[in-house]
Amino acid sequence: MSLKEKAAITGVGETEYTRMSGKSVLALQLEASLNAIADAGLSPKEIDGIIPYSNSPVVAEDFVTNFGISDLRFSATAPLGGASCVAAIQCALLAISGGVCNHVLIPIGRNGSSAGRIGTRVQQMPQFKVVGEYEMPVGAIAPAQLYAPMARRHMELFGTTSLQLGEIAVSTRHNAILNGHGMMTKPLTIEDHQASRMISDPLRLYDCSLESDGGAAIVVSGADRASDLRKPPVYIMGAAEGHPDSPSVITQRPDLTRLGIAKAAPKAFAMAGVSPGDIDVAEIYDCFTYIVLCQLEDLGFCKKGEGGPFVASGAIRLGGKLPVNTHGGLLSQAHMVGMNHIVELVRQLRGEAGKAQVKGAGIGLVTGYGDMGDGSVAIMRRG
Amino acid sequence: MTAEAYLKPVPEPTHESRPYWHGLKSGRLLLQKCGQCGKIRHYPRPVCDACYSFEVNWIEASGRGTVHSWTITHHAFNPGFKLEVPYILVTVDLDEGVRMQVPLRGAGAADVKLGLPVRIIFEQARPDLVTPACVIAS
Repeated sequence: MSLKEKAAITGVGETEYTRMSGKSVLALQLEASLNAIADAGLSPKEIDGIIPYSNSPVVAEDFVTNFGISDLRFSATAPLGGASCVAAIQCALLAISGGVCNHVLIPIGRNGSSAGRIGTRVQQMPQFKVVGEYEMPVGAIAPAQLYAPMARRHMELFGTTSLQLGEIAVSTRHNAILNGHGMMTKPLTIEDHQASRMISDPLRLYDCSLESDGGAAIVVSGADRASDLRKPPVYIMGAAEGHPDSPSVITQRPDLTRLGIAKAAPKAFAMAGVSPGDIDVAEIYDCFTYIVLCQLEDLGFCKKGEGGPFVASGAIRLGGKLPVNTHGGLLSQAHMVGMNHIVELVRQLRGEAGKAQVKGAGIGLVTGYGDMGDGSVAIMRRG
Repeated sequence: MTAEAYLKPVPEPTHESRPYWHGLKSGRLLLQKCGQCGKIRHYPRPVCDACYSFEVNWIEASGRGTVHSWTITHHAFNPGFKLEVPYILVTVDLDEGVRMQVPLRGAGAADVKLGLPVRIIFEQARPDLVTPACVIAS
């Protein structure tokens, strides 16, 4: 049985994105969820499936209690770090197409800026225990440090440059300003990128994503119900997750330049029945500029090793061959663990993306990346 | 001299990894070798992914390897590393066919490159803890 277009995204919602929300993580998630449910034209009581974010203190029971849901039929988590939100789409698709539930809420929310900062946060996560025992004690602590050797090896093998990584930062900032909902509001030049301080070579400050407070959420509904709701459905054509070799520690990975999404992408494209050339707009998880570049290769938008020239050609800019991160991404809009990428793709395919709208966007792709290389991808089309 | 607080992350050895950390204390780099099929694995874990045997022999590694990749950290994500930045972390291909990540001591940014030969050394981090590092092999 193919799962193609058995479900659609029917509602999307966000809160403000700030450095200090002054709200609880639960309140942020409830606010974003209510916005998404209202966008779909549903009552909160009609939600019968919930996939909470596993790196969060908020659980499904919190939504049952706050929304007065009387018959929650499905709850699960998709624990893939930054790949969780898109992986949760596959999870929702399975639950809905299996007849378990009708409307699945996928919420996220965090005080990622005002509460725990990244350098201390990751040490407490069980999926980082191998790195915690063998690498953190010798000084490899934060994701910027753990991921930098992947970027360095790519540079040494393929000639990828910091200027090419900088193009991703500059293009993404441009989009964030057009989007108007982002934390970063001033233009960024390639000179600004090159002058920004080194965090963990080759990653500079502007190669790194933001730390943000806020919330975002989506509602996934069965295709049979989606067409009766408030907004045009955005059908899920294909979805898949992929785990890299040596998933819990990058150091031992046979090929440092290949991420989990390389395994997921062929499955998602096959389910969708489309190829990379059919994609009009792509929202690519961008915790670091290099991770965008590597995913573009692993997804098949260009060959392995050609990500640098691909982005330098202007391909990922608005008006380019493949506009990427039209909302400003994690680099310049906010770090909402990629839920904001899904929200943006849905808006693009509905024609609601404002000044950053890709004209005629009919088919789009969104990815997640997290926990040392896990990947997830979903391909969608406007209804 | 007053005792200074040790701020760096401290490993919590498990049943599987205790021999590894114990070996470092005596200046030996020990690796797990499958007691059944002989496959060497690292970092320490309970079972062999080739034959699923739990039997383990610990062998002493040569301590020799080459640089597979690296990063130079300029930002101290933990206060324990504030006095050390910038420091070089290298991903080492050990001659035994497994990798480890360790700091490269006594070298600068211009020295490090893919394939650079290195040798593992042992550093007394605090009285009860020795951590691995490396230097350029002469």
